[in-house]
Amino acid sequence: MALVSSTTRGPGANSSSASAPWLRVDDHGVDVLMIVAALACIGAVVRALFFTPADAMLGAVQKIFYIHVPAAVVGLYIACGLLAVSSIMYLWIKDDRIDRLAESSAEVGLVFMGVVLTTGPIWGRSSWGTWWAWEARLTSTLFLWLLVLAYLVLRGAVESQESRARLSAVMGSLAALLVPFIHLTVTLFRGMHPEPVVLAPEKPKLPIEMLTTFGFSTVAFLLLFVALLRMRYRWATMRDARAALESA
Amino acid sequence: MTRSHRAPRFLTDAWQVARKDLLIEFRTRSAFLAASVFAVLAVVIFRFTWDPTGIPAFELAPGVLWVIFTFAGLLGLNRSFALEQQDRAFDALLASQMSRESIFAGKVMANLVFVAAVQALALPAVVLFFDLSVGPDWWAVVVIILLASVGLSAVGTLFAAIASNTRLAELLLPMMTLPFFVPLVIPAAQASALIMRGQPIGDGLAWLKVLVAFDLVFVSACVVAFPFTIEE
Amino acid sequence: MLADDRSPGTGHPRHSAHEASVRAAVRAPLLEATALVRRFGGRAAVDEVRLTLRSGECLALFGPNGAGKTTLLRMLGGLLKPSSGTVSLDGHTLPGEGATRRLIGLISHHTMLYGALTARENIRFAAECQGVLDVEGETTRVLSHLRLPDRADTLVRALSRGLQQRVSIARALVHRPRLVLLDEPYTGLDEVGASALTQALRDALHDGAAVVLITHHLHEGLALATHTAIMLNGRFAHTEQAGANGIDVTAYQRQYRSLVSEGAE
Repeated sequence: MALVSSTTRGPGANSSSASAPWLRVDDHGVDVLMIVAALACIGAVVRALFFTPADAMLGAVQKIFYIHVPAAVVGLYIACGLLAVSSIMYLWIKDDRIDRLAESSAEVGLVFMGVVLTTGPIWGRSSWGTWWAWEARLTSTLFLWLLVLAYLVLRGAVESQESRARLSAVMGSLAALLVPFIHLTVTLFRGMHPEPVVLAPEKPKLPIEMLTTFGFSTVAFLLLFVALLRMRYRWATMRDARAALESA
Repeated sequence: MTRSHRAPRFLTDAWQVARKDLLIEFRTRSAFLAASVFAVLAVVIFRFTWDPTGIPAFELAPGVLWVIFTFAGLLGLNRSFALEQQDRAFDALLASQMSRESIFAGKVMANLVFVAAVQALALPAVVLFFDLSVGPDWWAVVVIILLASVGLSAVGTLFAAIASNTRLAELLLPMMTLPFFVPLVIPAAQASALIMRGQPIGDGLAWLKVLVAFDLVFVSACVVAFPFTIEE
Repeated sequence: MLADDRSPGTGHPRHSAHEASVRAAVRAPLLEATALVRRFGGRAAVDEVRLTLRSGECLALFGPNGAGKTTLLRMLGGLLKPSSGTVSLDGHTLPGEGATRRLIGLISHHTMLYGALTARENIRFAAECQGVLDVEGETTRVLSHLRLPDRADTLVRALSRGLQQRVSIARALVHRPRLVLLDEPYTGLDEVGASALTQALRDALHDGAAVVLITHHLHEGLALATHTAIMLNGRFAHTEQAGANGIDVTAYQRQYRSLVSEGAE
C-alpha cells in the first residue's frame, strides 16, 4: 500500500477575483451609473409633478402612480424574477457569483417592493378612504415582500458561506414556484369578494404626456435598480473575498 | 456478496424512518402535548372573544380551525429534525443505503400523522365549542383537511430541514413556511366555510383544484429539493 | 507460511496485524482515494491526499486537531464531496448508490443514537435502514459482542457515556460493513468498552473489512494498525507500514511529537 501526498499547490483562483470591467470598483470611488440613475429619478419625479397634467377625474394624487407602477415593475418582475432564476441556476451551476446576484436582487427588490407597499396605501387612503383594502395585486406584493424578507433572514442565520448559498437557493427556487399559486389564491379570493374599483394605470387611452412620463419613470427606476444592484453585488464580492482571506 | 441484505426500497425505508420518528414522539410526547395545549387554549380564547350575534359560527370556525392546524403543525415540525441533530443521528441515516428521498418521505409521513393527531383533537373541539351543525357533507371537510395537511407536511418538513442548519430555527421556520401555507390555508378555509354554510360542494371546486395542484407541484418539488439541503 | 487458524465461528481468534496484512496483500484495493482535496472557503482542509487500503488492512490516522482528519474521514464515508479527486470503494465512486453506502460503517465521538429509544431499538433501526435481513439475529450478535445484552432494553439517554459509545459501535457494525470508519471512538470508553471495541475491530479485519481509525490513543491505534499516517495541515506528513512485530509505541510517539512541533513552527 502506498500513502503519498504531493507538494503544495497554491490557493486556487477565487471565482470573484477576475471580475468583469463593469463590476470593478472605480479607483476614484465615483459610481457614474449611480449618479446618472439618481439624476434620472429626480428628473422623472420633477417631470411627473410639474410637467405632466393631472388626471381630470382623480386629481393630483394620481401622480403617485408614476412611482408606484415603475417600482412594482422593477421590484416584482425584475428583482424577484432575477432572484428566482439565479436561485435555480445556483443549484445547477454552483457558482458563487450567481449566489451573490441572488442576494443582491433580493435586498434591492425588497426596497422597491417596500416603495410599492407604501405608495399603494397612500393612494388607497385618498381614493377609497382606507389605508389597506386587500386589493389583489397589493396583497400579492405583501406576501412576496414577506417571502423575500424570510429569504434574507435565512441568509443571515446560516454560518457557512457554502451552506448559505445552497439553502437560500433551495428557498428561492421554491419561492419561484409559489408565486403563481399566491397570485391564483389572492385573485380567486378577490373574485368572491369584489374589491373597490382600482384604476388600472395601463388604460388603453392614456394621453401622450402621461405615457411618456410613465416611460421615463420606468427607465429611471430601471437604471436605479441596476445601479443599486451593482453596488450591492460589489459589496457582497468584497465581503466574501475578505471572509475567504480571513479563514485561510 | 452474501445474500444477507436486501436492496433499498423506497416505501419500506420511508416507513422505517416514519415509524422511528413516531415512536420517539410517542415516548416523549412533548411536541404533541404542546400542540394540544395550544389547540385547546386557542379554541377557548376564540370562543370567548366571539360575539355570536355579530358573526355566525360557520364564518369564524374555519379560520379558527386553520390557525390551530397551522401553528400546531409548526410546533411538531421543528422537532422533526431536532431529534436527528442531538447526537448526529442524521449522519447515520445519510451514510446508510437508504435514499435521501425515502428519508424525506418518511419524515413527511411522520409529520402528517402528527398533524392529523392534532386535528383529530382540534376538530371535535371546534365543532363542540362553536355549536356547529354536522351536515351530510362533513366528509368533504375531512378530505379538504387531508389535502391541505399533505401540502403542509411536505413544505413544512423541507423547511424544517433547512431551518435545522441555522441558529434561529424556531423563529425562522414560521417565517419561511407561512407564506407557503397561504395557498393551502386560504383555499382550505374558504372551502370548509362554504360547506359549513350549507352550500353545495361544487361551489368550492376552484378552491379544491388549487389544493390538489399545490400538493402535486410542491410534494414533487420538495422531494427533489431535499437532497440539496444536506451538506455535501 | 503463517498458520491459518480459521476455526469456525466460536470465540474470538486473535490475529496479529502483520498476519492480516500478508493475507490482504493478494486482494485488490478495497478503498482508493486519489488526489483528494477539500476546500472550505479559501482554505484547503484536505490537500492532495492519496491512499489505498485492502481488505484486512487497518490505517491508523494520527494528527493534531484541525489537521483535516475528520474531513478526510467524512469524504471516505461519502458524507462529504471532495472539491477535487475521487474516492472509490469496491470499485464504485463515492458518494455512490445505496448498495455502496451499505458497505460503510461509521463511528465517531458523536453516538448517532436516539436517546428516547432503547439500545436494542436503536440497533434494530440501524439494521433495518441498512437492509439487513435477519434483523433480530444480527442485533443479538452485536449486542453480545459488545457485552451489552443486560442493558439492551434501557433507554439510551439513561446509559452512561461509555455504554452509549458501545451501543454506537454495535449500531455501526450490525450490518457487517466492509469499510469501518472511526473518528475518535475510544473517547469516553472504559477498559471493558475499549477492549470490546478493539476485539470487534480485529474480528471485522479478520472477516475482510478495511478500517480507518482516527484516534489520539496511540496504544490502541498502533495495536490494530497495519499502516499508520500522521496528518498535518491537510497532508500526510509521515506514513509507515507495520513490520512483523507491529510498531513500537515509544518510538512512534517521539516521531509524532517531533513532526507536530515542526509543523507548528
